[in-house]
Amino acid sequence: MSHLLEMRNISKDYPGVKVLDDISFSAEGGEVLALMGENGAGKSTLMKILMGIAQADRGEIFLEGNKEQFQSPKAAMDKGIVMIHQELNVLLDMEVSENIFLGREIKKKGIPARVDMDEQRKQAQAFLDSVGIKIDAKDLMRNLSVAQMQLIEIVKAISVHAKVIIMDEPTSAITEAEATILFEQIEKLKKAGVLIIYISHKMDEIFKISDKIAVLRDGHLIRVDETKNFTEEDLIRAMVGRELQDVYPKKTNHPGKVLFEVENLASGKYVKDVSFQIREGEVVGFAGLVGSGRSETMEALFGVSPREKGKLRINGAEIEIHNPKDAIRHKIAFATEDRKRSGLNLIGSIKENVTMVSLAEKISKHGIIQDKKEGEVTEEYIKKLRIKTPNGDEFVGNLSGGNQQKVVLAKWLLGEPEILIFDEPTRGIDVGAKHEIYELINVLSEQKKAIIVISSEMPELMGICDRLYVMSEGYITGELNKDEFNQEAIMRLASARKGGMTQ
Amino acid sequence: MNRKKINFKNYGIFVVFIVLVIILMILSPNAFAKPRNLINVVKQASINGVLACGMMFVIIAGGIDLSAGSVVALSGVVAAYLAQMQGIPIILPILGALGTGALIGLINGFGAAYAELPPFIITLATMSIVRGAALILSGGSPVFGLQEQFEGIAGISIANVIPILVLYFLLIAVFSGFILNKTVFGRHVYAIGGNSITAKVSGINVKSMLLRVYIICGVFSGIAGLLIASRTMQGSPTVGVGYEMDAIAAVVIGGVSMSGGSGKWYGTIIGALLLALISNGLDILGVSSNFQQIIKGIIIAVAVYLDLRGKKTSA
Repeated sequence: MSHLLEMRNISKDYPGVKVLDDISFSAEGGEVLALMGENGAGKSTLMKILMGIAQADRGEIFLEGNKEQFQSPKAAMDKGIVMIHQELNVLLDMEVSENIFLGREIKKKGIPARVDMDEQRKQAQAFLDSVGIKIDAKDLMRNLSVAQMQLIEIVKAISVHAKVIIMDEPTSAITEAEATILFEQIEKLKKAGVLIIYISHKMDEIFKISDKIAVLRDGHLIRVDETKNFTEEDLIRAMVGRELQDVYPKKTNHPGKVLFEVENLASGKYVKDVSFQIREGEVVGFAGLVGSGRSETMEALFGVSPREKGKLRINGAEIEIHNPKDAIRHKIAFATEDRKRSGLNLIGSIKENVTMVSLAEKISKHGIIQDKKEGEVTEEYIKKLRIKTPNGDEFVGNLSGGNQQKVVLAKWLLGEPEILIFDEPTRGIDVGAKHEIYELINVLSEQKKAIIVISSEMPELMGICDRLYVMSEGYITGELNKDEFNQEAIMRLASARKGGMTQ
Repeated sequence: MNRKKINFKNYGIFVVFIVLVIILMILSPNAFAKPRNLINVVKQASINGVLACGMMFVIIAGGIDLSAGSVVALSGVVAAYLAQMQGIPIILPILGALGTGALIGLINGFGAAYAELPPFIITLATMSIVRGAALILSGGSPVFGLQEQFEGIAGISIANVIPILVLYFLLIAVFSGFILNKTVFGRHVYAIGGNSITAKVSGINVKSMLLRVYIICGVFSGIAGLLIASRTMQGSPTVGVGYEMDAIAAVVIGGVSMSGGSGKWYGTIIGALLLALISNGLDILGVSSNFQQIIKGIIIAVAVYLDLRGKKTSA
């Protein structure tokens, strides 16, 4: 009997790099196959080949025993292979129904140029209802949450009778509650005999929902096996090719005197009244749900968005911050949540990105760039942070997520800040790179820097922070010291109302 | 590594340029290949080249300036108006033209950066306003009777061979290249065009950068207006119609992305030269000006297509 999907001896070279080397595996309908590997391991390229976005140099693809070679994503889609990308491709100003039927609109009878909106809405609603999603087909896409948009993409996949659905980091931008809904849908798809290829960096998810795991490393298929035969350690070892002693490295830092204070900060509708302080050498976490105002607090104190009220003090002296330039002058750094939107110039080189913040102060004289120095500094940080790239002239857009994040960090570290804000520093990056970033945070705290970490992953916050603030609806609802850390306490504070503790 | 090969592919426009030169040399060895004619090509490229350099700053920064052609007219009229007064020091018409450009640039920059109007809209508005101002100031007809010295600005040739216009063009091109490549300011122009949010968070004052970029474009347009007025010894309110489009064409042919953030200064120079080369070559071959328009359009599309394709395959 033939497999639903089989990829045989797939190889792909880019000049100087073997991206994929002789990859063979098969998978059946009704399975969730987790595709694991660090950034740059070749996962994306493999999926691009399956989707017809890229072509393999060697090797064959079989779908239900038939040899296929997809020249375009449309060709793959016609055979029932659909990919739900990490960055959702939706048209925000169109209706849900229009998004579901995009590219295969239902035409009015007799008038081939006109779309039959009523029929489309009816059918779209039927699909939505059948999956049990409470969304109106007439809603504008813009009014949906990210998680809902994702569900719409799944409905779209169902509506084209997809046999294989590839999901790339589907939970990277949604809450845990929303993820639960997603997992329910995945269960239903499994029952319907669909093969789901699931890409994620979140270990707990993988073990929860996958039946089989395929691990890629440096373009090689390291291991394919049933999930139950893997332990978490096995999986990490297979992915990084070495032992990681601890997910969260040991800390030896001892917080000193208070370095940075924020008093009664308010900004926009997300930040109502926020006060906190950080000591030298301290790592302070900010926990909370999406929309609790954590990122907005940092944006306000960094001068990205206007501040309505509130005082900022460094070493007891009040400072004025009206724009990011002021903040940088006061030795504050802010690695934002969304590196593509606000952390990087993707069409710029690594060099241009690394020196963006410090060009005027460190790399130039009288406004003229010192080329040699710029090259040296870039090289230094490429080595220091182990950014995987042939050289500093490479475009940042060509790097993997983890390496992009390292470029963001290099950009800020070059300015030798004293206060560092990391907003979701490990989102969408692999275990190895995560570990490197945790280690970096440790090193920085040993150097007496004050560090703020925002993260939606509670284990991460509890693993790397000395102290936690929990935010809810624009207020700080609680503060926890290391010995008080536990998930229940954080969750309770994160859903607390207006300023007061729930206890 | 095979870096050389990649670079070659990246600059397909050079290949197009050289191929065109070779074709013209074969088709018209007697007229085209003469040194005097080659100098003439550069001279023809000069005015557009100066405008294109200013436009390049704006486009790399993520904007556009449709008022450039109108600024050419107004600054020329202002310069001529001042130069017409006998006994006035020659520096005044010069400052008048540059100041006019700077002022319009300031308005464009303020509109685009601080009033947050789409650059296309604000410069479309000033395009119309500035043209009107030129017509009103000149009374609708060219300003004549300028001081003789005024011609010395751009109307002469060095040793009777190289028009001084060419010198201005090269000077401004090299200056633009230096600013864009070697200075913090230039790097910030690329940064705000590449991703203005990232640039802002990285401590770059995006608004003031944009303002300055539009002022640069305005001043360069003012210079172009001054040069034309000096060369023709008149300030014409109707000169420069459509010049902004030629400047945009030169910039885009040179590989600068319309969405901002990328492009090289020497590409723009080649772009301006290529446009001049096309019209010069077609003139020599005796192609009527109506046909020239069509051929020019086709060559622009093909050149940019080849350039883009080269970039794609190398990525």
